[in-house]
Amino acid sequence: MTSGILVASETDEGALELLTKGHELATQLNLELSAVVLGDRDDKTVQSYFEYGAQKALVVPNSSFGTLDAETYTDILYETTKETGPDILLIRSSRLGKETAGRVAQRLQAGCISDAIGLRVKGQDLVIDRYALGGNTVSSEIIKTRKKVVSIMPRTFEAQKAPEQGQIKKLDLKINPKRIQLIERKKKLGESVNIESAETLITVGKGILNKEDLTMMTELSALMKGELGCTRALSSDYHWLSEDRMVGISGKRCKPKFNVSIGVSGQIQHTVGIMSSKLIVAINKDKEAPIFKISDYGIVGDLYQVVPKLIQRIKSLGT
Amino acid sequence: MKQVVDLQQIRIKRDTREPVLDGLPALFGDFDKNALEEAVKIREKHAGKVTVLSVGSGKLKDTVLEALATGADEACVVVDPACEGSDTGASALTLAKAIEKIGAFDLILVGEGSTDNYSGQIGSRIAEILNVPQVTYVRELSIEGSMITAVRDVEGALEIVKAQMPLVISVTSEINKPRRAPLAQILRASRKPLKSWTLSDLGIDQSKVGLSASAVQVVSNLAPQQERKGVIFEGDVDETVGKLVDALRKEGALQ
Repeated sequence: MTSGILVASETDEGALELLTKGHELATQLNLELSAVVLGDRDDKTVQSYFEYGAQKALVVPNSSFGTLDAETYTDILYETTKETGPDILLIRSSRLGKETAGRVAQRLQAGCISDAIGLRVKGQDLVIDRYALGGNTVSSEIIKTRKKVVSIMPRTFEAQKAPEQGQIKKLDLKINPKRIQLIERKKKLGESVNIESAETLITVGKGILNKEDLTMMTELSALMKGELGCTRALSSDYHWLSEDRMVGISGKRCKPKFNVSIGVSGQIQHTVGIMSSKLIVAINKDKEAPIFKISDYGIVGDLYQVVPKLIQRIKSLGT
Repeated sequence: MKQVVDLQQIRIKRDTREPVLDGLPALFGDFDKNALEEAVKIREKHAGKVTVLSVGSGKLKDTVLEALATGADEACVVVDPACEGSDTGASALTLAKAIEKIGAFDLILVGEGSTDNYSGQIGSRIAEILNVPQVTYVRELSIEGSMITAVRDVEGALEIVKAQMPLVISVTSEINKPRRAPLAQILRASRKPLKSWTLSDLGIDQSKVGLSASAVQVVSNLAPQQERKGVIFEGDVDETVGKLVDALRKEGALQ
């Protein structure tokens, strides 16, 4: 007997997304859907949780925890789900949420699946999909323990309204003193682009030989009204582009309509970040490059010849 | 550290979409190498001892030699057929028991995730079992006395945090560039201490680990269904670019 679903996200946007999926599962399994509200919110925000399907909003006031770190988050989720609390815990898999998921699962003696990309009910089971083997495969898994912890990859589902008459419950929880002291939090330097919401994404990899050559890529990206993204090497190792633009398992996961991958070999750690593109185009001189296996269109050729020609052609379309 | 198969070499069976893993070389994951490198750097600066700990199959001892060659002082491996199929919960339990057997520690360094499954749960679960704090996604680390100061990489921001040892730290690949082992070290590595334990050495009941004890069960693990068009142009640049532009216009990517 499962006693409910609890959704947790440190951002309201994330909570609404998870509530949408939670509502679908709760309806199928005939369970109550609650959401934990991490910190003080205005009435309108709490109401939005109900509009997206929550039947209960469990509000944890800021005064009880100060800043939210993984240990505090774990305490909050453990106290809300232990014993008779909800059995299925859906957590936004931000870095904070992902760390917390593992901790709270261990404290609850529960099975945990990280970075889920799909959840569905099959018979009596909740089947959860996630990438495995570095993104080569999608693994479908079930959790056998009564308590089930799932962290869900951000932006996996689209939030949709499903209004419920919800009730607000203020929680007064036992939260342990902090063991990690936050000295400073600063925004990363960079252009703060949001490549995750770009409709067209041009991604570049190690096939680019010099930093100056990025000018050409920026030009192409502007012509296609897109944003520029890159592999880990170009941002973390070479520092040619800011980390806001890094695509892949440890960077951004993008869902553009169109992706053009240039000089990207297609290592799986990167391609998980573009796999959900509607259309993938690859330009690479190596015919055997794995990127071609996941492409809709491709050109086998030297990007230093292909890209200038491509720019020229696109420009001529406009005239 | 976790032994993983070389992910670049995985082939997918065309008819069943199953991955073929037999005969693939096994290695340590990239993030795990960053964790080891950081441990070795700390020892070089502050003295101490670096122990590599890993749970895995029979081939593990060869992989561990590489870690010893790149600077670890000793290695402890848990090799037991009963561990086969363990999920993260069961693996974390095994690792935590092994850590208790190794004895007092200042730091447990792990990678931000394994390169194959990237669940990132092991550090969290070990911290919880051993009741120590954990600082995750660390890209800069310094130590003064019994305090660590770390720069954490969280989405869009960096956090500077301080915490008291002992604790668990997970590192990102930005923290360092793992060194390669010089040949002389590779030869010397086999003379470094390598302890091999079974579950009974750790006092773990076989019913607590392995496939049957795991909370997470895999129903299927297949390559995603490919619905890509796979139209690849080769040859003259003018011609191929022309064809691509036509295709992109048809798809609506170009106006």
